[in-house]
Amino acid sequence: MTQTQQTQEKLERLVFDTLESFGAEPAEISREAGLKELDIDSLDMVELGQIIEEEYGVRLTGADFKETRTVGEAIDVIAARVL
Amino acid sequence: MSDTRPDGCALVTGGSRGIGAAVALTLAEDGWPVAVNCRTDREGAEGIVAKIEAMGGVAMVAVADVVDAQAVEQMFDDVERWRGPVLVVVNNAGVRADAIVPEITDAAWSSVIDTNLLGPFRIMRRAVMPMVRARFGRIINIASVVGERANAGQANYAASKAGLMALSRTTAVEVARRGVTVNAVAPGYVQTELTSDVDPAMSRAIPARRPGTPNEIAACVRFLASSEASYITGTTLVVDGGLTA
Repeated sequence: MTQTQQTQEKLERLVFDTLESFGAEPAEISREAGLKELDIDSLDMVELGQIIEEEYGVRLTGADFKETRTVGEAIDVIAARVL
Repeated sequence: MSDTRPDGCALVTGGSRGIGAAVALTLAEDGWPVAVNCRTDREGAEGIVAKIEAMGGVAMVAVADVVDAQAVEQMFDDVERWRGPVLVVVNNAGVRADAIVPEITDAAWSSVIDTNLLGPFRIMRRAVMPMVRARFGRIINIASVVGERANAGQANYAASKAGLMALSRTTAVEVARRGVTVNAVAPGYVQTELTSDVDPAMSRAIPARRPGTPNEIAACVRFLASSEASYITGTTLVVDGGLTA
C-alpha cells in the first residue's frame, strides 16, 4: 500500500468515526451513503471541519461542504485540501 | 451539582449589578466558576467576584463591551484560558433609550439594537461550537415582556428583545440534539438601576402588585442553566408577576 493510500484510508477512518460519534448508524456509513440519510446536518459538518482542523491544521468551514451530498463527496472535499 | 456536567465555566454579561449580578451569584452557588462581565463598572464586577469568593466560589472579572467584536473575542480567549470552555452563557447586558417612534434617533435605535441583539448574537456565535463539542451547553438570553407585548415608548427596546427571543428559538433548534439548550427569560417590571426611572405606580398594573426582584429572575436562570432543565429549549419563560397573563 502506498503512503497516499494509507493517508487516504486514515482520513476515511477519521470521517467515518466522526460521523458515528455524531449518531450515524455505523452499519449505514459508507462512501456512498447520503449525509441526509445518515441524519448528518450542517452543524455536524461545521464540527467535522473543526475536527479536521485539529488533526490536519487545515481550516474547513460549513460552506466548504455546501454542495456535499454523500460521505464520499465530503471525504473528497477534505482530501483535496489536506492530502 | 449533576455528574453529567462537564468541566467549564459560566459567563454572565452585564454581571456587575441588577439581574446580572444576582445571576452570577446563583450560578456560583451551583458550583460554576463565573466570569462576571462588565463594560465600565469594574468596581461593581469586582464586588460580585469578591462576594462569590467569600462564599467559597470561583469568579473573575471579564471587562468587554459586548458591542465590540474584538473585545468579545478577547474576553472568550481569556475566560477559556482561565477555566476551560464557557458552557453557560447568560446574555444579560442591555440598555434602554426610550422614546416614541417619531423621536427615536438613529443613534438611539442602533445603540439599543447593537447592545441588546448584536452583542448577544456575537457571543452566541462564539460560544456555541465549544458547547456543541462538549455536548453540554446552556444559553439563557434575558429578553423582556415588551418583546411580546407593546409598551409605548420602547419600540427600539421591544424590537431588540423580540429579536433576541427569535434568535434564541432558532439557535435552539440548530443545536438541540447536542445537549445544548437555548432559552430566553422575559422579565416584566423588575426593580433595578435600569428601571429606576419607572413610575412606582406601575405596580398597580401588575397582578402581583409589586415589581419583581433580581433574585426572582436569577432563580429562573439558575434552573434553566441546570442539568435538570435539559429538555427545555427554544422557549421563553415569562417572569412578570402576571403582568401579561
